[in-house]
Amino acid sequence: MASADLSVPAISSDLGVSPPAEPVSLAAASVVPAADRLQLIGITKRYHALVANDAISLSVAPGQIHAVLGENGAGKSTLMKIIYGAVRADAGEMLWNGRQVQVENPDVARRLGIGMVFQHFSLFETLTVVENIALVLGGRFDLAALAERVRKVSTQYGLSLDPLRRVHSLSVGERQRVEIVRCLLQDPQLLILDEPTSVLTPQAVQKLFQTLRQLAREGVSILYISHKLHEIQSLCDVATVIRAGRVTGHAIPREETPASLARMMIGRELPQCAVAPYLGVSRPLLEVNHLSLPAPDPFGTSLQDISLSVQAGEILGIAGISGNGQNELMAALSGELPCASEAVVLEGRAIGHLDPGARRDLGLGFVPEERLGRGAVPAMSLARNALLTAHRRGMVRLGLVNDGLAAAFARQVIARFGVKCSGEAAAARALSGGNLQKFIVGREMEQSPKVLLVSQPTWGVDVGAAAQLRQTLIDLSREGVAILVVSEELEELFEICDRIAVLAAGRLAAPQAKADCNAEQIGLRMAGPQAEAA
Amino acid sequence: MIDHLTPVLVGTLGAATPLVLAGLGELITERSGVMNLGVEGMMLIGAIAGFATGVGTDGNMTLGLLAGAGAGVLAASLFAVLALSLAANQAACGLALTIFGVGLSAFIGQSYVSHSLPGLQPYDVPGLSSIPFIGPVLFHQDPVVYLAFGLYVLVAWVLARTRLGLLLRAVGESPEAAHAIGYPVLLIRWCATLTGGAFAGLAGAYLSTVYTPLWVQNMTAGRGWISVALVVFATWKPTRLLLGACLFGGVTILQFQAQGLGLDVPVELLASLPYMATILVLVLISRDRSLLLLNLPASLGRPFLPGR
Repeated sequence: MASADLSVPAISSDLGVSPPAEPVSLAAASVVPAADRLQLIGITKRYHALVANDAISLSVAPGQIHAVLGENGAGKSTLMKIIYGAVRADAGEMLWNGRQVQVENPDVARRLGIGMVFQHFSLFETLTVVENIALVLGGRFDLAALAERVRKVSTQYGLSLDPLRRVHSLSVGERQRVEIVRCLLQDPQLLILDEPTSVLTPQAVQKLFQTLRQLAREGVSILYISHKLHEIQSLCDVATVIRAGRVTGHAIPREETPASLARMMIGRELPQCAVAPYLGVSRPLLEVNHLSLPAPDPFGTSLQDISLSVQAGEILGIAGISGNGQNELMAALSGELPCASEAVVLEGRAIGHLDPGARRDLGLGFVPEERLGRGAVPAMSLARNALLTAHRRGMVRLGLVNDGLAAAFARQVIARFGVKCSGEAAAARALSGGNLQKFIVGREMEQSPKVLLVSQPTWGVDVGAAAQLRQTLIDLSREGVAILVVSEELEELFEICDRIAVLAAGRLAAPQAKADCNAEQIGLRMAGPQAEAA
Repeated sequence: MIDHLTPVLVGTLGAATPLVLAGLGELITERSGVMNLGVEGMMLIGAIAGFATGVGTDGNMTLGLLAGAGAGVLAASLFAVLALSLAANQAACGLALTIFGVGLSAFIGQSYVSHSLPGLQPYDVPGLSSIPFIGPVLFHQDPVVYLAFGLYVLVAWVLARTRLGLLLRAVGESPEAAHAIGYPVLLIRWCATLTGGAFAGLAGAYLSTVYTPLWVQNMTAGRGWISVALVVFATWKPTRLLLGACLFGGVTILQFQAQGLGLDVPVELLASLPYMATILVLVLISRDRSLLLLNLPASLGRPFLPGR
């Protein structure tokens, strides 16, 4: 108890709230004026050997926008789930408006006034917007009246929404609005947003920030979780930085530089990529001509008249928000969805009708977005996973597998790309996202592809591994390989690509040289013809 | 023509009733994301429980039917412990439940083979049953038929119009999301599964105490399986399920009539007609893949344990 009391004033002083001079007694606690909206003391959570949260303390004042900054895997999401009651802490206390509370499940949290906007949305695709919202609200079940309220609140905060549409037909940005409106209808005192901007265009981010500032002025506290430094600097009043499950710093973001915040977040300087010019001969290796494909399922997007070409020695980036045809385009290029044979041309050869195996035979490498399940088989060893695409290199003779060769190949990939694992016998699912991605990219690169397709290369990967992966892709392209990268992270595309094109609503805008485009324009194109942020 | 048609249509609703009941039960269960393939077994357990109770109480049909439903709930709770609380494979647990139900009902039924029950008399709905043609077809039926069609209306209304129905659909689509917003997913799935068991047990008891008030081993004759198929082909919509069940009932009665005419067709082939006709028609209806995907409870068959 004594140690908890000591830590409280230390944190409060960072936030500019005058701390009580003496450890407060229970009776005195009730008369302390503006208590913190939320205070966490020594929150600890272990998953077997891994300590996800190690004695984390923080406090949030009413009307404050408080950033929780940390890398992927630092333990931010676990902490938020504990606050929201979706995960139980092993140790620690939580104070809500100065009173100790036990949040045993999300329902308790909601009744306290805690709303959460999830990173991976918790919406039901086949239900309408208003049905989704009705599920979290109590009271009389009257969808028509609720639809009216949804319209009113969404206009009030500039989050336009049609309550009667089914969620599967909404863009990702619109889905996020549903989540936010759903929280707002519950009159929250604390709103938790987990990486809310990863799915938004730059313009939509600005709109979201306006909404959040408006809420903060009305007295709502906001916990804003992110790893994007410039966003935190422009939005948040204070920041708590978490690294490997521990609080490594408190900061006022506006008084820091991105570099100093990054140091707190990753413990060293932010790595930069080196982009060398390509000295070889440019010639188109992959061409796509007027590719149109109907959506394979009702939740998908149709591709409409897509044309592009990727030259030897360059990286072409495809920007856009997921759900605008990225999966369908990658499936058509990799061969999972066959199309007209002339629509996809590899080194002058029409391959649109070929299956993925035949395309790989011709030198088309593919790193899919889903690492577990598509890029690798979770339960199989790395050696076996290597075999899945690298069997072309003599690992199978007369239908018999040469395990020795496969293991040697896997070891080579592990060594060359610095994959941290217990060896080639480790199961794919035992690896962290970053290490598995290094292995999958490495596996494709070791087969010397002519063209490499990469989808979301650094999604969920820590900063260090992401930088290494980006550098690897740049270096590979400079050896004369044509690389096509699909990514939601604009900054990443600007860092590694030579040209950038935007995919919105199944249509591809013509690629532009990186030097000729800026984030603003690309963001507008990402919003599509209807400009969703309007 | 109408003279020939009336008996067929009168029989149709009765023949459809077990399928309506068992199908609605499975529809509720599957809407919550639980695939219980033990419908055939639960029906048989309900059938023998209902029959034995009917015999034991000197022909108290109400008790018999209630006992059937209760036995269905017990059977379903066996499944629920394994497949929900212990998160075992749902397909395997369901198949095991069917095999168990077949064996258990045959074992208990040995001593009931020579017994018979009085059945239920048709109840004429006052006023309506005297309408020509429609009256005898729709309003001269036994009470369980009315109950089954009443339950259809209730289930369709709950699913489409109430918070409970919305919740059931939500849990079936994404138990993770339902848990995240604070609903007791496991409890909801348990309730849906037990309701499915009650419906299947009642369907079985109807077969053994009212439809053919005798005990014959394996007397459900695959109706449980047809119910499971009906639910899928009806794309989890109660009205389509009802139509499918009536189609099955109609063809069942038709082939009985055909057998009576002494056609030179093997009886076995005629007896298989209702199954083939139902599957064929429903396959044709449900060819629209997008309709299937839009209504499919996305978590169907996937175990969910909160907090993992």
